[in-house]
This record gives sequence, structure tokens and C-alpha cells, in this order.
Amino acid sequence: MLELKNLSFTVENEDGSGSLDIIEGLDLTIPDGKFVVITGPNGGGKSTLAKLIMGIEQPTGGQILYNGTDITNMSITDRAKLGIGYAFQQPPRFKGLTVRSLLSLAAGKELPEDECCSYLTRVGLCSMDYLNREVDNSLSGGEVKRIEIATLMARHLDLAIYDEPEAGIDLWSFAMLVDTFKKLAKNDTNSVIIISHQERIMQLADEIIVLANGKVQSQGPKDEIFPKLLTEFGSFSNECTLRGEGK
Amino acid sequence: MELKDFKFDSTLTPTDQHMLREIADMIGTPDGAFNIRKNGEGVVKSSTDNIEIRQKADKPGIDIIIKPFTVAEKVHIPVIITDSGVQETVYNDFYIGEGANVEIVAGCGIHNCGDGDSKHDGIHSFHIGKNAIVKYVEKHYGDGDGNGKRIMNPTTVVNMDEGSYCEMDMVQIKGVDSTYRKTEANLADNAKIYVLERLMTHGKQEAKTDMVVNLNGEGSSAQIISRTVGKDDSVQVFYPNAVGNNACHAHVQCDSIIMDNAKISSIPAISANHPDAQVIHEAAIGKINSDQLIKLETFGMSEEEAEDIIIQGFLK
Ligand SMILES: Nc1ncnc2c1ncn2[C@@H]1O[C@H](COP(=O)(O)OP(=O)(O)OP(=O)(O)O)[C@@H](O)[C@H]1O
Ligand SMILES: [Mg+2]
Repeated sequence: MLELKNLSFTVENEDGSGSLDIIEGLDLTIPDGKFVVITGPNGGGKSTLAKLIMGIEQPTGGQILYNGTDITNMSITDRAKLGIGYAFQQPPRFKGLTVRSLLSLAAGKELPEDECCSYLTRVGLCSMDYLNREVDNSLSGGEVKRIEIATLMARHLDLAIYDEPEAGIDLWSFAMLVDTFKKLAKNDTNSVIIISHQERIMQLADEIIVLANGKVQSQGPKDEIFPKLLTEFGSFSNECTLRGEGK
Repeated sequence: MELKDFKFDSTLTPTDQHMLREIADMIGTPDGAFNIRKNGEGVVKSSTDNIEIRQKADKPGIDIIIKPFTVAEKVHIPVIITDSGVQETVYNDFYIGEGANVEIVAGCGIHNCGDGDSKHDGIHSFHIGKNAIVKYVEKHYGDGDGNGKRIMNPTTVVNMDEGSYCEMDMVQIKGVDSTYRKTEANLADNAKIYVLERLMTHGKQEAKTDMVVNLNGEGSSAQIISRTVGKDDSVQVFYPNAVGNNACHAHVQCDSIIMDNAKISSIPAISANHPDAQVIHEAAIGKINSDQLIKLETFGMSEEEAEDIIIQGFLK
């Protein structure tokens, strides 16, 4: 279980003219086995929240508890060892590292070829074409993004956070991805947090959190929040046209 | 590399064999022609029908003569220094006949457990015949816990005839205290050279590289890639210079990762003396990308482990 208590993240303005609250006194509990989707406007603080949970950013106030332990001051490495993981919104590339070795590094052990392949297949990549390719600039944005998701799958995490996994991914791979997440959602021991703007991903959620201006704007079971979002925005995704919703 | 059984001369100690493995991937006697030089003298030498290794009469070093159209053969010419205080200048001349296709594995290892400085200055010259293809691999390595320095100053001149191709892979990853590398290449019509230089310095090491590529021939081309990592208090200075004297292409790319208190300078020069010469230089020096570090830490690695992985990949 993940508990955020009065969590804040404030940055000083570069010119010393004051400070900016990016996350403001956030209280949030994510029980085990839940599939949570966080959505909300650009700049609302979603990625920052994920980085605070992973330890990439340090909160300026409040506490993070994981299974009852205070991890607020714990390093990224130690949080990773507790089974927390984060798939970046914009994953870095690695010159000289192959997809296969990156997956193995993620898993923490040398992975057999067939296991690597199964992770790649889950994100819609034909594994034979990619296994020995370097994760460098020769890969497209969507490819890097999907490899990033595969590395998280290879880690078998207790708490996995995916930051806009759908971004830059074509429709065919997206369908595959939704399927993969659907299977993750069925697993009720591990928690998954997905930051997403996609209604097909929101529909998989147990719970939806809307984050805006660094605060929770609304939060609740999917069946409660999702219809509200629909009435508020009509359709807010490019890809889905709310087939059947308008009848 | 195919290996025969151990047939090493009894003068090769376990340290020697460790050095040979580090610098030339040699485990046992290699197939093909070879020459092993140890502490200032040749200890084992073997020629083949197509590749003759000849001791120089007038100065230290060897001539390596490769017959025209010799195909798919290898030459190993490693040098090791295990006595403290050995200082030598060695001249190796390679004559690669027309249409030959060979791989040359050089390399130098210094193991210094004493107080005297050990130094190997290798002066290499290559005469690469028409349409010949040469792959040259050179690894520099040092170890031993003495106070004596491990110094290597290689000078390499590559003369390339029409249509020849040369690939040079030069690595210095560990243990060389001071190095001043000079490389010159002269390219005739349609000659192509590819140079990959990889270097890591640590402690108080110093490394300096001068490289001049003269693209004299029409249609000649050069690709020079330098990847380096500077750690601790080490210092690196690069002077790559590509000179286009004809219709040619040259691309020089220097990337460095800087860490700790290291100092790295990259001082490139490019010149074109012909309207159809195209000469490009790119250089970048920077810290390890923090996103890469963070990503690996989210896999449960410590910062040091993550740095090592990134550096290994960068220098691969
Ligand atoms: N270190 C920082 N310094 C200054 N501003 C920051 C910093 N980190 C984040 N911000 C700002 O905080 C806000 C929230 O950023 P964040 O990346 O968390 O948004 P997001 O909800 O993930 O948006 P998107 O949907 O576009 O990915 C943005 O306005 C951003 O510019
Ligand atoms: Mg974001």
C-alpha cells in the first residue's frame, strides 16, 4: 500500500522572485492490487508526482509511506529494491546497450531469449528484429517508448508506474498495449498506476484520479469518475470517438 | 580466433599470458603469423607462406610483409613489458600487398611493479597496397602496483594506395599513465579509412592525441570517431585534423564523458583545399546523461553501478 501524506513539491523561481507549488499538500492512498489511472491537464503535476514516488524528486513537504515504511528520504535505488518502478514519459536512450541487455538489467539477471521476446511481444514489438539492436538514436520514438514499457514488465514490480504509455504509439500497438494492461489489471496482488489521457486505458481502471494544479480535483471508482469526465469534455481523446456513447 | 594448444615458450609467465589476453585476446599460440615482443626483445616469431615477419637489422622492430592477394589471414604482434624500468622505441613497418585482406592485431601491455618508469614508443608505418583491406586492432593496457609509470607513445603513419580500405580500432581503457598518440593517414584516390579511438583515463593519467588525415585522392573518405571518458584528475587533449585536398568526404566525431575533476579539451581543425571537399566535425563533452543514470537506478542499481554500465556502453 502506498500512502502520500500532505505531500508537497515547491520549486524556487529561477530569478528568486518567489516559488511555485507544483504538488500541493496531496493526500492519497493506493491500496494493493489496485489499477489506478491518473489523468488531468498538461502541467497538472502527474509526472512530478510519479517522480516523487520513485524518489527522482525530493518532496519539499509531507511523507511517503510504502507498506507502512516511511520512504520519504529513501534513494531511488532502495525504492527500486522494494519493488517500485517507473516507466518514463520520455525514456532515455542508451548508446552501446542492446534491447536484450537493457531488459536483463531491468530484470536484474541475464534473461533467456524467449523471456525477452515475450516482454517485447506484449508491447507489440516483433522481438527478433529488436533483441540485438542498440537502444540508441536509431530507434524511433514509439519504439523506445515501447521498450521502456517492456523493461518495467520485466521487473515484476509490486508498484509499477507508467507515464503516458500510449504516447507516440500507433493504433495497432496501442490495441496490443491495452490488452497487456488489461491482463495487468486482472492481477490483484500488484498495484499499477498509469498516467494517461486515453479513455480506453481509463476504462481498465479500478480507480481514476484527476490531478490539476498539483491537487486532486476528483478521485473515485472508474464508474463514478469516468462518466463525469465524459460529460465535462465530450470526447477528450484524439483516437477514440466515443463509439456507441452518443446513442 | 582459432587457437591451438598451449605451445607458449617457457619464457611466458602467467603474468605475460594475462597481458596477452588483455591486449590481443590471445590464449595460447594464435593461428597465422605472429611476433611476441617482451621486455625489449622478440621472444616468439612465426611467419606463414603469405605473411613474412622479419627482424629489422638496423634498429629495434620488425617488417611485416604481406603478399598481394593474401586473403583472410591474421597477424598478431603484441608487445609486453613486465620488468620495471624498460624503455624502448620500436619500429614496425607493414607492407600490405595489392588486393590483400588481412587483420592485424597489435597491442601493448605494461605490467609495472617497480619504481622505474616503463615506456614503449611504437612507431608504426603502414603501406597499404591498391584495393587492399586492412583491419587493425590495437589495445593498450597497464597494470601492476609499482610507483613506476606506464607510458606509451604510439606513432602511426598510414599510407593508403588507390581503392584501399583501412579500419583502425584503437583502445586504451586501463592503466596507462601517460600517452601521446600521433596518427597520420594519407589517402589516395578512392581510399577509405575508418578510425575508432576509445579511451578512458583515471587517476592522474594524461592522454594526448594528434591526428591528421590528408584526403589527397579523388573520392577518398575518412570517418574518425573518438569516444573518451575522463575520470578523477585525468587530463585529455585531442587535436584531430582532417584536410580535404580533393573531392572527398571526411567526418570527425569526438564525444567525451567528463567526470570528477577531469579535464578534456577537443581542439579540432578541418580544412578544405578543394571545392568538392566535404569535411565535417562534431564534438561534444558532457557529463553522464542524468536520465540514463536515473533510469538504471530505478532498476535497483547503485549510482556507481549505473555509471559503469553507461561508460561500458559508451566505449563499446
Ligand atoms: N524542477 C522543476 N522546476 C520548475 N518547474 C517544474 C519542475 N518540475 C516540474 N515543473 C512544472 O510543474 C508542472 C507540472 O509538471 P509535470 O511534468 O508534473 O506535469 P504533467 O501533469 O505530467 O503534464 P503532462 O500531461 O504534460 O505530462 C509544469 O508546469 C512544469 O513546468
Ligand atoms: Mg507528464
